[in-house]
Amino acid sequence: MELIAFYLFAAMAVASALGVILFKNPVHAVLSLVLTFFSVACLFLLLQAEFLGVALVLVYVGAVMVLFLFVVMMLDINTVPLREGFARYLPVAAGVAGLMFVQMLVLLGVTTGQRNVAFPSGDPAALVDCAAAGASALDPCSNLEWIGRAMFSGYLLPFVVAAVLLTVAILAAVMLTLRRRVGARHQDAGKQSAVRKEDRVRVIKMPAEARRAEGDA
Amino acid sequence: MITLAHFLILGAILFAIAVAGIIINRKNVIVLLMCVELMLLAVNINLVAFSRFLGDVHGQVFVFFILTVAAAEAAIGLAILVTLFRNKRTINVAELDAMKG
Repeated sequence: MELIAFYLFAAMAVASALGVILFKNPVHAVLSLVLTFFSVACLFLLLQAEFLGVALVLVYVGAVMVLFLFVVMMLDINTVPLREGFARYLPVAAGVAGLMFVQMLVLLGVTTGQRNVAFPSGDPAALVDCAAAGASALDPCSNLEWIGRAMFSGYLLPFVVAAVLLTVAILAAVMLTLRRRVGARHQDAGKQSAVRKEDRVRVIKMPAEARRAEGDA
Repeated sequence: MITLAHFLILGAILFAIAVAGIIINRKNVIVLLMCVELMLLAVNINLVAFSRFLGDVHGQVFVFFILTVAAAEAAIGLAILVTLFRNKRTINVAELDAMKG
């Protein structure tokens, strides 16, 4: 049953990954990449990595791929010149990719069957001594708790650095795409609050004027 | 019975597809960025599979950090792409030769 699900999701992931590199329309390619990420998220669930599966759907399908889609739709791209040389490079690409795949298979020792580790029957979280970490033996900690304990103890500093990295990325993305057009009217809050009374109000001394006659008004 | 080899072969297939995509779509920067994302995904599959089969949490923690860095990379890459298109009106890699590299 698990094997059937694995082959289903794996076939979907490979087919949509092929779609990413073969579709002519970039919008179709992005949507195909969304399907790839979703299939792989299902495979993560099959591996009982629930947190990463959900995070993949939320972060990639929800944010990154929508960003790609925005950019693809916003830029008015003429795809015809971008496709030139497609057929010319196809055999080279197939050769390099095939060679690389075979190399990886040999490296993994798949051909000798050394890495045919059986699927562990139980939850891997149960293998770790969660009981010592506070959870009871009857209630082994979940995948989320398993990752959380590692991330907020041994990996606390990298976690904070990752947060800083995301902040820097936001600032960089905003500063790269920000443009000030000439002639546009902006409010400058700094200038507004830096204004002093002397800049705006001028006190002058002058003699009092005589009151006008009644009938003049 | 699913073995570790199943997941490793799937990761290798996805990585090989991404490499082929970089070679055949070498004019379009958007597809190049998507192929890089596909490569990172293949690596993530390997890490999660090893983490699951060896009962080690560090693989999944690393996948989390890879997701973070990949999100930052995609955001900055697309921002550079938008700026580039605004200035040059093209995203064809062959025409981006201002630095004579």
